[in-house]
Amino acid sequence: MDVLDLSRWQFGITTVYHFLFVPLTIGLSLVVAGLQTAWYRTKKPAYLRLTRFWGRLFLINFAMGVVTGIVQEFQFGMNWSEYSRFVGDVFGAPLAMEGLIAFFLESTFLGLWIFGWDKLPPRVHLATIWLASIGTALSAYFILAANSWMQHPVGYRINPVTHRAELTDIWAVLTNSTTLVTFPHVIFGAFVTAGAFVAGISAWQIARRRDVAMFRTSLRLAMVVGLVAAGGVALSGHWQAQIMTEQQPMKMAAAEALWQDESSAGFSLFAIGDVENGRNRVNLQVPNGLSVLATNTLDGRVEGINDIQARYLALYGAGDYRPVIGLAYWSFRLMIGFGFLAGLLSLAGLWLTRRGRTPASPWFTRVAVAGIALPFLANSLGWVFTEMGRQPWTVFGVMRTAAAVSPGADVPEVAISLVGFTLVYAVLAAIEVRLLLKFIRLGPEPDPGAETPAEPLPALSY
Amino acid sequence: MELTTVWFVLIAVLWTGYFVLEGFDFGVGVLLPFLAGDEAERRLVYRAIGPVWDGNEVWLLVAGGATFAAFPEWYATLFSGFYLPLFLILLALIARGVALEYRAKSDRTRAWDHAFFWGSLIPAFLWGVAFANIVRGVPLDADHEYTGTLLTLLNPYALLGGVATLTLFTFHGAVFLALRTVGELRAGATRLALQAGLASVLAGGAFLLLTQLDGGRTATWITAGIATAGLLAALVATRAGRDGLAFTATATAIVAVTATLFGNLWPDVMPALDPANSLTVVNAASTPYTLGVMTWVAAIFTPVVLLYQGWTYWVFRKRLTNDPLEKAISP
Ligand code: HDD
Ligand code: HEM
Ligand code: HEM
Repeated sequence: MDVLDLSRWQFGITTVYHFLFVPLTIGLSLVVAGLQTAWYRTKKPAYLRLTRFWGRLFLINFAMGVVTGIVQEFQFGMNWSEYSRFVGDVFGAPLAMEGLIAFFLESTFLGLWIFGWDKLPPRVHLATIWLASIGTALSAYFILAANSWMQHPVGYRINPVTHRAELTDIWAVLTNSTTLVTFPHVIFGAFVTAGAFVAGISAWQIARRRDVAMFRTSLRLAMVVGLVAAGGVALSGHWQAQIMTEQQPMKMAAAEALWQDESSAGFSLFAIGDVENGRNRVNLQVPNGLSVLATNTLDGRVEGINDIQARYLALYGAGDYRPVIGLAYWSFRLMIGFGFLAGLLSLAGLWLTRRGRTPASPWFTRVAVAGIALPFLANSLGWVFTEMGRQPWTVFGVMRTAAAVSPGADVPEVAISLVGFTLVYAVLAAIEVRLLLKFIRLGPEPDPGAETPAEPLPALSY
Repeated sequence: MELTTVWFVLIAVLWTGYFVLEGFDFGVGVLLPFLAGDEAERRLVYRAIGPVWDGNEVWLLVAGGATFAAFPEWYATLFSGFYLPLFLILLALIARGVALEYRAKSDRTRAWDHAFFWGSLIPAFLWGVAFANIVRGVPLDADHEYTGTLLTLLNPYALLGGVATLTLFTFHGAVFLALRTVGELRAGATRLALQAGLASVLAGGAFLLLTQLDGGRTATWITAGIATAGLLAALVATRAGRDGLAFTATATAIVAVTATLFGNLWPDVMPALDPANSLTVVNAASTPYTLGVMTWVAAIFTPVVLLYQGWTYWVFRKRLTNDPLEKAISP
């Protein structure tokens, strides 16, 4: 393996890992803020206990999001210095804005929330969790604006002397059509994640007969959130697919294993491809499905891999402009599949718990708990698809990944950091899961009565 | 003022904020094993920085992001060139952040104490090594790529820089703890502050002197003087039990040390051993358009951030204590 391969592995591993925690942070912060608001309004102790129970799990997750995020901030410089030199003028701006506008907000107000239970008036204390939650969404917006620029560069020019990208219109970057569709998709994905997490754990608590009424509330709340968000994910994903067909046709074609330009293209459900000869051996399709997804018409024309490759040869010169087709194909399919399944589970759960029912079957619990994994898989596969589908480009049409890597980095040092991060991340994963399980088992604090506890329980602060 | 100069100053300000704020967080972590006896005291030590450490760390992230936006070449050269030290810093910050958040929730408190200690000590030392190298100059080629090795960075001057920041932050952290606690813990912190302060005057003084003899300017002789005076004043104030004054003095010293380093650096951002290859505020900078946009963003949001972070310190201003009867004591 050379420095490029190692750097790609490192970036992929650390980023996908970071994104395991991110959606749960975004989604759960809103759930906690909502629950605390319900407590503030109604003063029902159940809402306070729920706030603090989910709040604690939220904090365990948040810590991992923070520490893995620090690595992200510096990796562009460490492993992708040529990339950083080339795009810094454009790409650095949203990154710096994210820090200044979002990270300060979420970290400062979360500190106030954790330690401020007995120091701030209840209204102000409630405001702190809302501000932290808004901070997480803002952070997503800015980083997605940065990422979208790599998918679809806008608002820049290439300086003819330095051959670097230069920002010409910050507004164009912040309102990039790609950002505007990616942001709702990722945010809805975060709510699907939080929904499945809360629903799975609530079902488990109910099976243990712990605070059944209370966890029934959070179970139903979570499934409503999960169902609505799954709808949002599908709608925004549909919209994304159209933008993608326009901006990165190769990615759409790879996602569908569509080899030739085609009108009335079908949506592939299962295909076995033959990459060498540029065709499929087996392909099971929903007729016209892809044309609808990509163009909103039954007979819309969608470009195919072989044709795009031929066009790109003329446009960009010699090279293979195809991503790894199998990976793009399956990550796209499974993302959608797992996402849909998560939505279906919410729907089924809402049906089973309708009008005061509480399912007693162990299967209900098992499925709900296993369902927690679905959105995490969908999110990760979504990113693998987005980023790997863009290859061989790091900035689409402008800079290739192979040209982006740090020329000064050598194999031993990148190998050390790759192994180091991977090992540390694996250990941390084990610790965090154990900690989550411990606090899930402990369950909520005992009913404190209608009053705020005078002293925060040690577990929520230090 | 040129926009490039504005951004050079702003980045210096961000690093200053980082060193002043996370400086005492690091110091608290380094002092933990020497200070706190029983579990209750340890918890208090963690609580002293609990509400603020994450907000303090964001100063680093913003310094990194701002460097990327304003001086992409600097960001690229620095972090790819100092690859392994940065990797170590990142690992340390990971261990430390997780320790702070997980310690009280887990049963293995001792293991987390170790993580907190090393996670504070390593960056406190390595940031000094890194900045000493930046100021002294490193081998860069015509493409501004770093051509040295890890050993190039571990020269005696840089190691002295590491000791200087480590002792300085430890002193700062001890003074901070004295300010935030009462009783035995405060007495212990004061005692350690005097020792760390002495070490810091020696190491910091030597480092500043070498730095000034190498590339000092009139202005930075003044800031170096202020830094030394600040450290001495902090020692005196600590002995007199004037915790607030002592903390102001160590904070001033850190501001002055950072000002000295950046003051000697300008107009370079990363001098090369061969001056023709140096990265300067001009050849490392983004376009005026980007700098202009970022200036507006910084002008609007920095005051807001300062306001709410300042308010946080106000909310948590009371001295910490384990004795419920003493809860009302404030500095
Ligand atoms: C869609 C959302 C999203 C995406 C794509 C990313 N992040 Fe992230 N990041 C967040 C959403 C987020 C967050 C929700 O705001 C986090 C998660 C947990 C947290 O503390 O904030 C966060 C934390 C976080 C932190 C720590 C902030 C702190 O100390 O409070 C840093 C430095 C980064 N991220 C940087 C990055 C970089 C450089 C990325 C690109 C490679 C990246 N993140 C991808
Ligand atoms: C907005 C922030 C992001 C930016 C700026 C970004 C940028 C990059 C860069 C520079 C690379 C390395 C070059 C390359 O291989 O193309 C990359 C690759 C990759 N990223 Fe992203 N990325 C971002 C977010 C994410 C997220 C959140 C994930 C997933 C959780 C992700 C997953 C990947 C994967 C799987 C690769 C492929 C590794 C490879 O084959 O090189 N990315 N991205
Ligand atoms: C009906 C379901 C879905 C459809 C049609 C869909 C569609 C898409 C499309 C077309 C993209 C690629 C955008 C691009 O590369 O420009 C994408 C990316 C992505 N999807 Fe989905 N998706 C669906 C479900 C989900 C679910 C349920 C999740 C997670 C819970 C998810 C998470 C992601 C993520 C994280 C990305 C990468 C970030 C991005 O570019 O938006 N998707 N999705």
